[in-house]
Amino acid sequence: MTLTSQRSRAADQSAETARTPRARIGLGPRRPARVNRPHPALFLFPVPALVLYVVFFAIPTVEAVRYAVTDWDGFSADYNDVGASNFTTIATADSLFHNALFNNIKFMLVVVVFQTLLSLMLAVFLVKNTKSSVFLRSVYFFPTILSSVSVAFIWKFVYDPNYGLANGVLGAVGLDGLKSAYLGDDNKAIYFVAATQVWFHVGQMMVIYVAGLQQIPAELYESAEVDGASRWQLFRHVTWPMVAPATAIVIAYTTVQSFKAFDLILGLGGNPPKPSLDILSTRIYAGFANSEFGYAAAESIVFMLVIALVTWLQRRAVRLSQGAA
Amino acid sequence: MTYSLTRRTVLFVYALLVLVPLVVVVAGSFKTTQQLFASPFGLPSSLDAGNYRTVLGEAGLGVAFRNSAIVTGCSVPLTLFIGSLAAYGISRIPGWKGGLVYGFLILGMAVPAQANMIPQYVLFDLLGLTNSLAGLVLVNIVVTLPIAVFIMTGFLKTLPREMFEATAIDGSGPWRTYRSIVLPLSVPSLAATAIFLFVMHWNDLLYPLLFIQEPGKQTLPVALLSFQGEFLTDFPLLFTGVVVASAPIVLAYVFLQRYFVAGITAGSVKG
Repeated sequence: MTLTSQRSRAADQSAETARTPRARIGLGPRRPARVNRPHPALFLFPVPALVLYVVFFAIPTVEAVRYAVTDWDGFSADYNDVGASNFTTIATADSLFHNALFNNIKFMLVVVVFQTLLSLMLAVFLVKNTKSSVFLRSVYFFPTILSSVSVAFIWKFVYDPNYGLANGVLGAVGLDGLKSAYLGDDNKAIYFVAATQVWFHVGQMMVIYVAGLQQIPAELYESAEVDGASRWQLFRHVTWPMVAPATAIVIAYTTVQSFKAFDLILGLGGNPPKPSLDILSTRIYAGFANSEFGYAAAESIVFMLVIALVTWLQRRAVRLSQGAA
Repeated sequence: MTYSLTRRTVLFVYALLVLVPLVVVVAGSFKTTQQLFASPFGLPSSLDAGNYRTVLGEAGLGVAFRNSAIVTGCSVPLTLFIGSLAAYGISRIPGWKGGLVYGFLILGMAVPAQANMIPQYVLFDLLGLTNSLAGLVLVNIVVTLPIAVFIMTGFLKTLPREMFEATAIDGSGPWRTYRSIVLPLSVPSLAATAIFLFVMHWNDLLYPLLFIQEPGKQTLPVALLSFQGEFLTDFPLLFTGVVVASAPIVLAYVFLQRYFVAGITAGSVKG
């Protein structure tokens, strides 16, 4: 987002300079004024998109706010205006919602930390465009294209306590002590889903990092090497600060993905999932499925605010860490 | 020396971690449950397609496959068409007006599906668009328009403006410019966007789960999800379902890999 919006801002600015008197005198590129005025028919081009978007997306988003202050069940003709009581229930009395929020934050933190670090490590290892690196990148990227339900079913078998791959491999190498019930262990289940999520999307983040790493000028490494920097120092003082824009993108996207892991949870945990696997999106869906439309709409607004808050905190944290680096 | 060894080890182990489960799934789709449990890593003793017959026939995945193909086959080109029209308009309308339309449209990327799905369901139900493949096509278009416009506008802004001016001087109207200049030049970005949309629409679970109750109108991810209850421990059937549901995307990935990486990466760079 940042990259493109900066580029488009630059394009807008150059459009502006072209219209200033300076430009017309001949200091900027000269153009006939007639051409700069857009053809009136151009304004029709965004219309189909705008109509669909307003009717089926924007208005429903605003409607959600209206539903949120009612007790509507989704099919009755009448409902009551309940003011902010849905929100006070969410904040103070709904232990299922608190549990889902808490699970979601645990899930997000684990996924963000491990997915970011692993994808950066793989990208550093595969940054050169050699044949083997290009091949391995396409292997690591592969899971991203599968559906969440497919990934969930693959990992259901990996995690199966009796016949699954994970316990099978651990048993074969004599590490029976590490065997686990995985999704059956309520204290750890959400972390095993997080591991699956990392497997699912780490290749996608790696590709973003590879693009970022390939933009770092080689001279930076050469001059640091002349100064006798170690491999770790090169990473710490050249690579890490230089890939900061990619890191910001990876972290922001991973966060949003963690809040949207709805499909993966339903695939691994069933529909509806048990409390130890419930996250915010599955909780809202459960409210919808139970015909609590008004209450679920209130939950969905809180959900949106939580994502906005977490994203904002992260931007601050990323900016602070860049300042310190 | 140690670095190179660490690198090789990590890369090798992670490649195994990706590939082994995938191989087990494909091989497992040709096994019985007993064979799978006895030797999960072994190759199947025969390429018996019995699981495929069961899954495509009585388990209903054949119908779901057809529904998914219809929905995706309509929603991807329509989103591309409507989105590229908008992106072209936005990139050619100067000043704040184009920016306003752009900002308003891409704001949708920040709204999670769960935030507006309930009023959306009510609206679609009112219009008779639930339990309908046309309804799924429409909702796919609407929810992916913001990101499609975002990717394609980003690309169109990189085209030299002199070219558009030259066509305007030649007396070509915007529609002709769109058809004979913009579309041909945008083929790489259209392809990347199409792949991104294909993956999103083909794999989507939420909206079909929400909008479709009739079994005959389910799409693949929902039909696959319902396997969970039906064939709880029948992993070979689950695996067969996974292979069937993923086959079109995997085939496309093998031949169009470049566009997958470009499209999915462009789609993910959305903050």
